[in-house]
Amino acid sequence: MGMSWATRALTGSLKWIDDRFPLTKLWNEHLAEYYAPKNFNFWYYFGSLALVVLANQIITGIWLTMSYTPTAEGAFDSVEYIMRDVPYGWLIRYLHSTGASFFFIVVYLHMFRGLLYGSYKKPRELIWLLGMLIFLCLMAEAFLGYLLPWGNMSFWGAQVITSLFGAIPYFGEGLVEWLRGDYNITGVTLNRFFALHVVFVPLLFIGLVIFHIMALHEVGSNNPDGVEIKKHKDKNGRPLDGIPFQPYYTVKDMFGVAVFLLIFCAVVFFAPDMGGYFLEHPNFEPADPLKTPTHIAPVWYMTPYYAILRAIPNKLLGVIAMFSSIAFFFLLPWLDRCPVKSIRYRGDIYKIALSLFVISFLVLGYLGSVPPSPILTIVAQFSSLVYFSFFLLMPFYTRSEKTKPVPERIRG
Amino acid sequence: MNADEMDVGRRRFLTAATSVIGGVGAAFVAYPFLASWSPSEKTRALGAPVEVDLSKLEPGQKITIAWRGKPVFIVNRTKNYLDHLAAVNNDVLRDPLSEEPQQPPYATNAYRSIKEDILVVIGICTHLGCVPLFKPEVGVIDSSWEGGFFCPCHGSKYDLAGRVYKGVPAPLNLVVPPYKYKSDTIIVVGEDNQQGVA
Repeated sequence: MGMSWATRALTGSLKWIDDRFPLTKLWNEHLAEYYAPKNFNFWYYFGSLALVVLANQIITGIWLTMSYTPTAEGAFDSVEYIMRDVPYGWLIRYLHSTGASFFFIVVYLHMFRGLLYGSYKKPRELIWLLGMLIFLCLMAEAFLGYLLPWGNMSFWGAQVITSLFGAIPYFGEGLVEWLRGDYNITGVTLNRFFALHVVFVPLLFIGLVIFHIMALHEVGSNNPDGVEIKKHKDKNGRPLDGIPFQPYYTVKDMFGVAVFLLIFCAVVFFAPDMGGYFLEHPNFEPADPLKTPTHIAPVWYMTPYYAILRAIPNKLLGVIAMFSSIAFFFLLPWLDRCPVKSIRYRGDIYKIALSLFVISFLVLGYLGSVPPSPILTIVAQFSSLVYFSFFLLMPFYTRSEKTKPVPERIRG
Repeated sequence: MNADEMDVGRRRFLTAATSVIGGVGAAFVAYPFLASWSPSEKTRALGAPVEVDLSKLEPGQKITIAWRGKPVFIVNRTKNYLDHLAAVNNDVLRDPLSEEPQQPPYATNAYRSIKEDILVVIGICTHLGCVPLFKPEVGVIDSSWEGGFFCPCHGSKYDLAGRVYKGVPAPLNLVVPPYKYKSDTIIVVGEDNQQGVA
């Protein structure tokens, strides 16, 4: 008995495609024959989850543009129209707005994984840099998208952030006018932010994600032990401590996606505004250029940087500190001088430094969401000091770190 | 020279020349795209000067008008306000003598205005662009408060002439826009006799 008619048709079509497009080659290189370390743990869910959220943002975003009006006169009402009149418009909008917050949750945990296991270290510096560029795109997307509902917090958030560029000496004021396309934030600004949010940045974003994954699959994944699995291969050239991504990690990641969707959907359905943290209450009022909300705060994922900005009583220095709080992440592969990757085998000094950094990040995140007061400003200044010390002192405290012996192969 | 051999110098010259010309071309193409972001003719036209009738502005009252989409505060300062303005110590202000170019020459004086009682300032905090609150009452912000403008966003403080205090995030005094008196009670914001329409 030969193959059935259907199987023959399938393999025949596959061959027809493979002669013209590297379909099987791509499948094998990136899934079926991509060998990943066998010891991935909880922290390794967040890369694939970020892809899931990206897909959610793109699909819901396209659907939202079908009913949204990017003008100062129409924007606020069109969002209300989506929420009240468009069939399932409320669901699509909440998926998009909740997706924005979850994108940051997932990406922050993904980045923290990098800090835990030294995923940014040689030979994965470019993966880290591409990831940081994706993070910049994510922040740009969040900022640009936040103006679109044209609520009062949308307006004033964009006002504050575009004003930051006014701190640049000599041409700052002209730059602000150029960015806004008007003397103030107006419909002109809204229209261009819409174009950037739905076309320009997403194109960059997707391109960078592809590069990020290509670079990862070229070098191979890091793992919780921080050892290179490519050092020990079998006679077929397969890493002894590696397992094919498909089916092992596709199945594992699907479980992660299921758990993630359970939490995500609970928020979408029962707490889409998350008590004002995911959707801020002043944004339920239309933009008013003559009235600042009594308390301006960015959405939670931007608050740590905002707290750093506010902590410094000098406009230009505050802006520089805020931008450098993100820029320092780019330098991480070169600031960290310790040869050991994983926190499992690193010294106490790094564990303490990382813990203090996480605490300062959380404290700053809280402080950026509440109104300033003299005492809180001092706390913010101290937390900023801890935050920057993590990076600035890193070349010193990682050089003389007392590390434990790193095993040759994965311990399991 | 053999026909199969490569003339490296010639190739390098051609590569360099093509790159330079291509680069210049790219810069010329980039210009219209970048310049396209500047305020359009329509936007500029909408930023035209605004006339304001002050005949109904009571002493002590503040009104907010819109010019170029920005809030402009007009305050009729009473004798009492002006006394408190004079009571502000220069040492607590960043730019007490208005030396920074935040106002036209005719407002570079102790009151930062043409007429001493009528203050005209753009109501946008020089820190990050929030609208400061008008707090003329003495002592409402802190014990040494002589009345002025307080920014709710990041706590910047200005006196009743829009002069910024020291120790707050805002770097500069509030901006005085170009304006002129068309008659005793009508002012035009956005236009003056020295520079014409801003």
